[in-house]
Amino acid sequence: MARLFGNRARRRAKTRGKEARKTGNPVSRRAALLLAAQGGVAALLVARLHQLQIEEADRYRLLADENRINIRLLPPPRGLIFDANGIEVAGNVPNYRAVIVAEEARDLDAVLDRLARLVPISARERAGLKREIRRSGAFVPITVAENLDWDDVARISLNAPALPGVSAEVGLLRHYPFGSDLVHVVGYVGPVSDYDLKRIEDPDPLLRIPRFQIGKYGLEREMDPVLRGKAGFSRIEVNAAGRIMRELERKEGEPGKDVQLTIDLGLQNFAEARMAGESAAAVVIDTRNGDIRALASTPAFDPNLFVRGISATRYRALLEDPYRPLTNKAVSGAYPPGSTFKMIVALAALEAGEIDAAERIFCPGFYEVGNQRFHCWKRGGHGRLDLVGAIEQSCDVFFYEIARRTGIERIAAMARRFGFGAAFDLPLSAIADGLVPDKGWKEARYDRPWQVGDTVNAGIGQGYVLATPVQLALMAARLASGRALAPRLLMSVGGEVRQPADAPPLDLPADHLALVRKGMFRVVNGRRGTARRARTVREAYAFAGKTGTSQVRIITREERARGITHNDDLPWERRDHALFVAFGPWRNPTHAVAVVVEHGGSGSKAAAPIARDILLRALHGDTPPPDLYPAAMREEIRDRLEAMAPHLLDLPALRRAARKKSA
Amino acid sequence: MSHIDYAVRTPPTGWRKILAIHWPMVLAIVAIFGIGFVMLYSVADGALTPWALPQARRFLVGLAVMFAVALTPIELWRRLAWWSWGGTLLLLVVVAVAGDVGMGAQRWLQIGPLRLQPSELAKVTLVMALAAYYAWLPPEKVSQPRWLVIPLLAILLPAALIVQQPDLGTALLLVMVGLAVMWLAGVHWGYFLTGILAAAGAVAAVFLSRGTSWQLLKNYQYRRIDVFLDPDLDPLGAGYHITQSKIAFGSGGLSGRGLMQGTQVQLNFLPEKHTDFIFTTLAEELGFIGSISLLGLYMLVIAFAAWSAFSMRERFPALLTHGLTINFFLYFAINMAMVMGLAPVVGVPLPLVSYGGSAMLVLMFSFGLIQSAIVHRPR
Repeated sequence: MARLFGNRARRRAKTRGKEARKTGNPVSRRAALLLAAQGGVAALLVARLHQLQIEEADRYRLLADENRINIRLLPPPRGLIFDANGIEVAGNVPNYRAVIVAEEARDLDAVLDRLARLVPISARERAGLKREIRRSGAFVPITVAENLDWDDVARISLNAPALPGVSAEVGLLRHYPFGSDLVHVVGYVGPVSDYDLKRIEDPDPLLRIPRFQIGKYGLEREMDPVLRGKAGFSRIEVNAAGRIMRELERKEGEPGKDVQLTIDLGLQNFAEARMAGESAAAVVIDTRNGDIRALASTPAFDPNLFVRGISATRYRALLEDPYRPLTNKAVSGAYPPGSTFKMIVALAALEAGEIDAAERIFCPGFYEVGNQRFHCWKRGGHGRLDLVGAIEQSCDVFFYEIARRTGIERIAAMARRFGFGAAFDLPLSAIADGLVPDKGWKEARYDRPWQVGDTVNAGIGQGYVLATPVQLALMAARLASGRALAPRLLMSVGGEVRQPADAPPLDLPADHLALVRKGMFRVVNGRRGTARRARTVREAYAFAGKTGTSQVRIITREERARGITHNDDLPWERRDHALFVAFGPWRNPTHAVAVVVEHGGSGSKAAAPIARDILLRALHGDTPPPDLYPAAMREEIRDRLEAMAPHLLDLPALRRAARKKSA
Repeated sequence: MSHIDYAVRTPPTGWRKILAIHWPMVLAIVAIFGIGFVMLYSVADGALTPWALPQARRFLVGLAVMFAVALTPIELWRRLAWWSWGGTLLLLVVVAVAGDVGMGAQRWLQIGPLRLQPSELAKVTLVMALAAYYAWLPPEKVSQPRWLVIPLLAILLPAALIVQQPDLGTALLLVMVGLAVMWLAGVHWGYFLTGILAAAGAVAAVFLSRGTSWQLLKNYQYRRIDVFLDPDLDPLGAGYHITQSKIAFGSGGLSGRGLMQGTQVQLNFLPEKHTDFIFTTLAEELGFIGSISLLGLYMLVIAFAAWSAFSMRERFPALLTHGLTINFFLYFAINMAMVMGLAPVVGVPLPLVSYGGSAMLVLMFSFGLIQSAIVHRPR
């Protein structure tokens, strides 16, 4: 290789050397060759210019002049979303808008003045419009007014001769018929922003259509590629006025796929209405297959506001509301589970053999570890209790002791088996992981060793433990079924049924589960149960549950001494979170529910009644009648149902309409 | 004064340098910029902002740079050649580590108010370095394989960094310019022939293997190549722009539609109408006459530079001038071929006309080098 060109090159170099001395320039010959090549390329460019601009000019000029060829993207209709019973919860409605082509209008201001008499156009909109025309050019149709009704369209069409350049167009707009009821599940769509385009790799040209809408939140966002569909296009000839002369080629797009949820709209609506006024979340899960039947978070907001463009003031009000209406607390809110975590601790201790059904532990009202004193919620103490009794009365000391015996690693392992500490794969926005602490975690996070006190705290679901309402509901469902159910939100996508995931048995001894369930039954139905007030008198609907009250702050020694431990004396944001988990019917569970009321006070007072009503609604299949409740409470229930009535949907009518539509 | 003194030729000094500047070339450059200025004014729908005025300011800075470089002795630039190559390489590394991401690629470096694209600079400093190398290397060693290692590394190191950005178009241009300088320096044509045959063989292998069991690329990669070669296959993507661009050319006809009257362009049918696709605007609004005039002015600059280079007796200025001329040629030829549907769409601006500062400053710097070579030629 080394000699391949070397020898000859050297010979040639010698001759070139002579030549160079002769001409005075060593590179001239090859440069001349290269220059000739450049000339050749330039000639080619000239030839191409001649071909495009002289020979075929007539053809192209005609295309550009009279009939411009234009490719129009055909936006596909977005996939619909249905509830479990086939009721449409997100659909598309025609949206009329007026567009203007500035060049055809000639005198833009005069035309706008005339148009303003037919449809309202504010001075600010007008200024924005002019900016947009300057930016996009006078030829481009610009939207003047949106969300017009049919009368407006008729008025504009009637006055067309006086409104040159103005025309009415129809497009599809997303509509959520049930407003705020499902907003935290379904989410909403909005115009494509630059941020969206940046976020998406290789964005579909469809997204660049002006006014195209993309999922921004919730299912609409997570399932956007499925719901969006694929763009079609039509190659059209348009004349100088923009009128379509003929269609040269058309390829239809693919409409977005329809999605059916496992959510029961009636139950969801009831849950939202029941929690109105609170900052709360509720999740109902079918204990037979893991289907999420309701996933409510209050306060909510109207997604239709976002579809049409929300005003800055309204948006700021939503953003600054201390009850955080924009957050889906059912999956994004992570709370200390409080006493609802005690079932996990009990199961871990039973499995470890640190406690059995018979052993009794004495509760004097407090528990000491080293020089630290942990209090029971009942200041005078519970006396001697066995496991079932400790769950029934939610004795803290009992669980301090068995948590200490069991150790955090075994408690954490049990918590993970019940679904804590990891986000589920659900098509929802901002799903929180929650937190199951263990020794490794604390060392990594705080660089401090795990203390016995941390274990004791975790024993009553305080300290570092965090859980989301959906995790709590799943725990209840797993306790009820004894199987590792996975939550399911999508019943079918594009007509294809999504089978529920396999739910293998939890691999816990039947007597352990039975013991814990018995404790939970006694919480609601026992003589000393903490949620006795929330029981039902209908035997078939009897259910089991567990209260939880989780501290948001540390009660200081002085406060305890002064006696300010009553939530009612504290400002709202410092009150305890109230929690309740339940499943029923007791004999043959079908539904599990978890309710978290932020800063609601105690679990038995604030969360249990809500959970009871939602569970009874799920079991009864309709608004629960007052005779399900103890006689003394019926008056109160009647009043509440009356107050809720305007917010409840007329379900039979909706179902009839849905059936008619599908038929 | 003896007759020997009389025969000695020396480079001009002092104010005589100003006379020695190739003024017709300067005039041609200004004329090309003038056309660009008018087009930027037109695509902004008859406004100096946002493009025309900033571009004019940059051009004035560019002119100042050009004159300053022109009056600096060419010998100095020869000594700086490898340093500037190394500096550019360093900048390319910095851009890879900390550059701004623009249009999905990491190419820009922000230094104070200056937004620098080192890959542009690389083309000029590579030509400088190679010219200096071959000026130093005795001609009989030029074709020996071991003396090919350094120039090939000088080309491939920056090219590899630019491919990473990713900017395949600029990297290919860099390789082409580098190979052109090697060719001018007299590297045996057999190497080039072998290289071309090997490349053709590789391409043939890639295509022939398609659909067989030993297919070299993934299916989607083939599809991308298809669209690259024939944009019509992707009517909503690349094909759309080329189709619209061709219509704009035809719509311009012989004399054009007049400034600000181009329907294709003003209708926003084209993206990048003020940068890579500005020739389309010009063709539609100024017609065949306008397009030919711009092409003619470009070729005039090429001719001026090449003509001057033919009379340079030293290797460094001659190689430098020819190399930079070819760099300039590749710019506009590839851009024009691209918008006319003769070449695949790659991001190459139209020199002195497209909106953009970094490319223009580097270009004016390279014109300064050419002028310096002309000015300091013994006469």
